Amino acid sequence: MSANANIDLTTAVVESDQPITPQVPPKVRRSKRAAGITGLLLQNRKAAVGAAIIVFYLLVAFVGPYLVKYDPTEIVARRHLAPNAQHWFGTDGSGKDVFSQTVVGARSSLSTGLIVGGIVTIIGILVGMTAGYLRGWVDDLLSTLTNIVLIIPGLPLLIVLAAFLPPGFWSIIFVLSVTGWAWGARVLRSQTMSLREKDFVASAVVAGEGNMRIMLREILPNMMSIVVAGYLGAVNYAIGAQAGLEFLGLGNPSSVSWGNNLYWAQNNSALLVGAWWTLIPSGLSIALVAFGFSMINYAIDEVTNPRLRSQRQTAQILKGQPAKVRKSRGTPVMIEGRES
Amino acid sequence: MSYILKRVVFYLIAAWASITLNFFLPRMMPGDPGSVLLAKLRGQGDIRPEVIDAMMKAYGVSDDPLIFQYFDYMRNILTGEFGVSTSWFPAPVTEVIRTGFIWTVILIGTALIISFAIGSILGVIGAWKRGSWMDNVTPPVFVFLGSLPYFWIAPMLLFAFAFHFQWFPPRHAYNTDLSPTFSWAYISSVIGHMILPVISVVIVSVGGWLLGMRNTMIAILSEDYVTMAEAKGLSSRRVMFGYGARNALLPTLTSFGMSLGFILGGSLFTEMIFAYPGLGYLLINSVRGLDYPLMQGLFMMITFAVLLANLIVDLLYVRLDPRIRKS
Repeated sequence: MSANANIDLTTAVVESDQPITPQVPPKVRRSKRAAGITGLLLQNRKAAVGAAIIVFYLLVAFVGPYLVKYDPTEIVARRHLAPNAQHWFGTDGSGKDVFSQTVVGARSSLSTGLIVGGIVTIIGILVGMTAGYLRGWVDDLLSTLTNIVLIIPGLPLLIVLAAFLPPGFWSIIFVLSVTGWAWGARVLRSQTMSLREKDFVASAVVAGEGNMRIMLREILPNMMSIVVAGYLGAVNYAIGAQAGLEFLGLGNPSSVSWGNNLYWAQNNSALLVGAWWTLIPSGLSIALVAFGFSMINYAIDEVTNPRLRSQRQTAQILKGQPAKVRKSRGTPVMIEGRES
Repeated sequence: MSYILKRVVFYLIAAWASITLNFFLPRMMPGDPGSVLLAKLRGQGDIRPEVIDAMMKAYGVSDDPLIFQYFDYMRNILTGEFGVSTSWFPAPVTEVIRTGFIWTVILIGTALIISFAIGSILGVIGAWKRGSWMDNVTPPVFVFLGSLPYFWIAPMLLFAFAFHFQWFPPRHAYNTDLSPTFSWAYISSVIGHMILPVISVVIVSVGGWLLGMRNTMIAILSEDYVTMAEAKGLSSRRVMFGYGARNALLPTLTSFGMSLGFILGGSLFTEMIFAYPGLGYLLINSVRGLDYPLMQGLFMMITFAVLLANLIVDLLYVRLDPRIRKS
């Protein structure tokens, strides 16, 4: 191990007299640069796996309900029937088809996630950018508010809020939005603060651009990767938290969603009678969707932070370059030519 | 010193905000929550007049102006007067909370320490052996485990190891036949009851520590002082733990405080599923039993506990990082 480490150290410089030309020339139009980032993301195996899972579940959520054989709210067979040819995932404690419940449940869970993600991201952008750009007392006020929302334990607050509100789809959306915006706001605030010191912002100020324009046209496009990552994280949070609230019976128990499926499974003591098939599909679906979003976020992290890139991936970026990546512990190091 | 002062002021503001939130929540809701709740409670069967009295007091069914009610409420909270629990009547809310608090601290404390230790060590090793098969495989696996909902993994473990194999007890924090004394029988029963809940929390939360530690460690390992340490010919073990991990621990410590609230939230489900008599179990039962004074008291106590834990982390941080002390 340590011998290997010493070799790494001695070669931890770019051994080349001519600079390695980057694949993307410095001055490109924005659309082309964006395509480059998307391309990088698609080359990333983690992102590809995540995207495949999410696309699959989006299809299930928006097309699936038209294709299922049974109405998920109808009693169609005996109770707690094990999976069979008729009912692929068996039936639940009142004789409803679990497969239909899982497919139709995807719609409620995903749409809640996507809506809450949008609301939370917009609030986060508004609060975070305002605080980071204006600074001074506005920043003090908004940061304190953000940090308070962050530090008050989320789930207990969610439970208390949901207990007071009448149960329903929009109550849940409201509660999740109120509690979920702070994380994005905090990250965007610090990013705005560092971007506002950059020369292109100074030149926009000199050119006489207004604050609004600078924030929306100059700063915001430069932190899109953080906004997107924040959105995906928020969607993830919303899907998990909605399912959690519903599992506690704080949603609208008559609607079909993954959380409600688990709530009814628990209420009908599915595990006591050994009906594992009522719990596996919805639970695994929640986990897989969360896994998919996390993998995409993980990949965004790797693409935007070269230090985290795996060796293989860095090698891929450099494909066609006369350079080679040496195994090293720090920032990936490019070495021209073959290993001696 | 001024850093600590700033943090204390912030925690005080946060505590005030959560008390205020707690006061206005039931009063802001559409309609008259006091009478709605009373109607709901009456619907549950016979109800004692003292319970009604407690509810009236807690929900502002009074003729005083709002501002007087607010100051009354503040004074009550600050003197530890949280009202009377309606489902454990006539026990005061504080007494119900006290027993739950101990169990949650034991459960979450154990789970947090185990998960932090395993995650950090795996993260350090992953960062040290960049690109090895272990480093390629562990992050996705733990991201997946972290995606499993608490309220799903816990029933699964319960089903497999408590019902099917019957290796572990299915519910509660100790064998109720035993009296709580410092005897081996009692302590071993507490540990036995803790294993499954702790495992379920650890499985879900370990990935966060792993990824956080790995990413900070990767950044630290490219610092000059690590290169220097290696050039001096120190053993890789010493470089890894003494130079890398030691410095990577600091940023992780900050997220320790932050994630406490998160893990506490997740443990609500764990406690509920294993009927573990901690704060989460009480909270969920209070919601189901419409015991609003207990519910709000629990929310207050959980918030205060998280604030206090964060303050302790801040104090530790000042002890550990001289750069903060100087500025």
